[in-house]
Amino acid sequence: MVLRHYSVATTLAVTLALATPAYAVTEIQWWHAMTGPNNDVVVKLANDFNASQGDYKIVPTFKGSYADTLNAGIAAFRAGNAPGIMQVFEVGTATMMAARGAVKPVSALMKEQGEAFDPKSYLPAITGYYSTSKGDMLSFPFNSSSMVLWVNLDALKKADIAAPPKTWPEVFADAKKLHATSPTCGFSSAWGSWGLIEQFSAWHNVPIGSKANGLDGFDTVLEFNTPLETKLLDGLADLQKDKSYDYSGRTNTGEGRFTSGECPMFMTSSAFYPNVKANAKFAYNAVPMPYFPDVNGAPQNSIIGGASLWVMGGKSPEEYKGIAKFFTFLSDTDRQVYLHQVSGYLPITKAAYEKTKASGFYEKNPILEVPLKELTNKPPTENSRGLRFGGMVQLRDVFAEEIEAALAGKKSAKEALDAAVSRGNAMLRQFERTAVK
Amino acid sequence: MEPRAIFSGRLLPYLLVLPQLAVSLIFFYWPAAQALWQSFLVQDAFGLSTEFVWFENYVHLLQTPEYYQAIGVTFVFSALVVFFSLTIGLLLAVMANHNITGVQIYRTFLIIPYAVAPAVASVLFIFMFQPGLGMIARAMQRNGIDWNPVLNGTQAMILVVIVAVWNQISYNFLFFLAGLQAIPKSVIEAAAIDGARPVRRFWTIVFPLLSPTTFFLIIVNITYVFFNTLGIIDTATGGGPNGATQTLVYKVFQDGKVGSDLGGSAAQSVILMIIVVALTAFQFRYVEKKVHY
Repeated sequence: MVLRHYSVATTLAVTLALATPAYAVTEIQWWHAMTGPNNDVVVKLANDFNASQGDYKIVPTFKGSYADTLNAGIAAFRAGNAPGIMQVFEVGTATMMAARGAVKPVSALMKEQGEAFDPKSYLPAITGYYSTSKGDMLSFPFNSSSMVLWVNLDALKKADIAAPPKTWPEVFADAKKLHATSPTCGFSSAWGSWGLIEQFSAWHNVPIGSKANGLDGFDTVLEFNTPLETKLLDGLADLQKDKSYDYSGRTNTGEGRFTSGECPMFMTSSAFYPNVKANAKFAYNAVPMPYFPDVNGAPQNSIIGGASLWVMGGKSPEEYKGIAKFFTFLSDTDRQVYLHQVSGYLPITKAAYEKTKASGFYEKNPILEVPLKELTNKPPTENSRGLRFGGMVQLRDVFAEEIEAALAGKKSAKEALDAAVSRGNAMLRQFERTAVK
Repeated sequence: MEPRAIFSGRLLPYLLVLPQLAVSLIFFYWPAAQALWQSFLVQDAFGLSTEFVWFENYVHLLQTPEYYQAIGVTFVFSALVVFFSLTIGLLLAVMANHNITGVQIYRTFLIIPYAVAPAVASVLFIFMFQPGLGMIARAMQRNGIDWNPVLNGTQAMILVVIVAVWNQISYNFLFFLAGLQAIPKSVIEAAAIDGARPVRRFWTIVFPLLSPTTFFLIIVNITYVFFNTLGIIDTATGGGPNGATQTLVYKVFQDGKVGSDLGGSAAQSVILMIIVVALTAFQFRYVEKKVHY
């Protein structure tokens, strides 16, 4: 009996000894929201980084949707064990930024750790979204996309439309023509608030809210209930009556209506590309978002969607060292080129964009360059650098609710936009109150 | 000597109820107290800044029209779900209570949906009802029905009611079946000999004798609709369009988890708790009088 106990103890001791490596590897938790092929990309990045050196180990964990990941991170922070790196979608930026002490700005991290880091080497249209008004980068851009208009060229031909529309009046006219051949949906769009309010405002160089869309302070006030925005929503509500335009929901769950051939024109993210490529059984193209030609200076430039990596506060110096090294690893030009080409997300450095261009990749895949051309169309202005509204995740739901009310004919476009603005402002004031001063 | 003196101490009964008390304290009273405390605070998402504001969250809440809309939606939704899941459950139970061949197989199949998680049930129905993709949605569109629950509030409500009812029928079926089998055959046979037809036998004998089961199920179903349908609504409609399917519990979730407004969300859950307690108390006080045990 005694002997058996000894053997158990020895086995245990040996197992433990084997499990603990001779040298200390610093583990860094990376929480993310990537599914499918993009999840593979995350895992591959972590594996490549871990294989490239022996001191740090990045451990990626899938935490659900973007909102789930953000909530998991917040809950973990409150419980005192936040991950080192957290992927947060673009609309969570203000929430993260307001949490001083909970996060560590990327520019400060890179400086502290002595990693070579030049903010100017990144595409300003992308980093602008994640930087302070002074240009300090707060989080590290990971996956970015922009909004484009997807068109079913076969369906357009059938309806005698020579070329994809460039302006909103053309979109409205084409949608009506398409009604004959696509009675349930001539034109549709996903991500209501992102496309019809956020992108629309940037693309026309008009503000969504004061203080440079909130980038200059939490005391921003929404002001998108303008005649221009009303004109767009009015036009769509009018088309909705006979389904020349048909609303497809707040997120991208309705995207399948484009690939199935039901909706021949569909405005959604450029990141829809891999899906279209795999599933569309017709000739297709992606063109820049439409604009109203009577607006001075339109089109301006589009803004991004997607997510960035936030570094959480209160971690050990070793962890920060590892995270800084990992970001340098991610910024590598060849790695960015590779990521851009496999995932369909945009490259974040100028060098990676130039290199992809020089390789002739866009001649074979012109669709992938459309969002980049939109983003870099003109140097960003106060209205098109990005936006930073507290509680944007829920603001988007509020905006979508009001858009729905207008499209369903329950409210006029103007009433809906006024309601969206006043409800939104009430939420912004609440957020301003709780933001750490 | 009194016959009860087997255990002399007064301590033992308390010890015996202690586990149950502990469970109630830890899983009900403690979180409820925390919600109450949180409802007096205004706090940022990360819990870095906190301000005590007394009843401000409640005042703010009662000034928002969306909150009243959510109350209305909740009562319509609960009434529809409770009514349909109970009647269909009862109908199926009465049918499955007959002596027919393969009755066990029918019963098993009728119980299976209960094993499907609400969120999963929702996804199953989305596949059928998604405009342009779902089988049923396409069939309706072909027949000229303008089906688009992402924009039409009534249709969105119909969709979530169907999913919630489908998910709950099995549970009601199971209890009704057990209730039916507990009714002595002799009573029904006596009525039959007296010349009562099946429908009359059902309403005058079976239904009154089932009333304890029905009463129990009404309470359980109301609690189910008030709380457990969150997953269904989240996956099927996200509370939309324009708040048409935003119930009270979904709004608690929206404002707390999505909007990170913990104080406002806590205030809502306190009110929700009061509503459910009041409803249950009302039923025990007035409806239970009509129950024959």
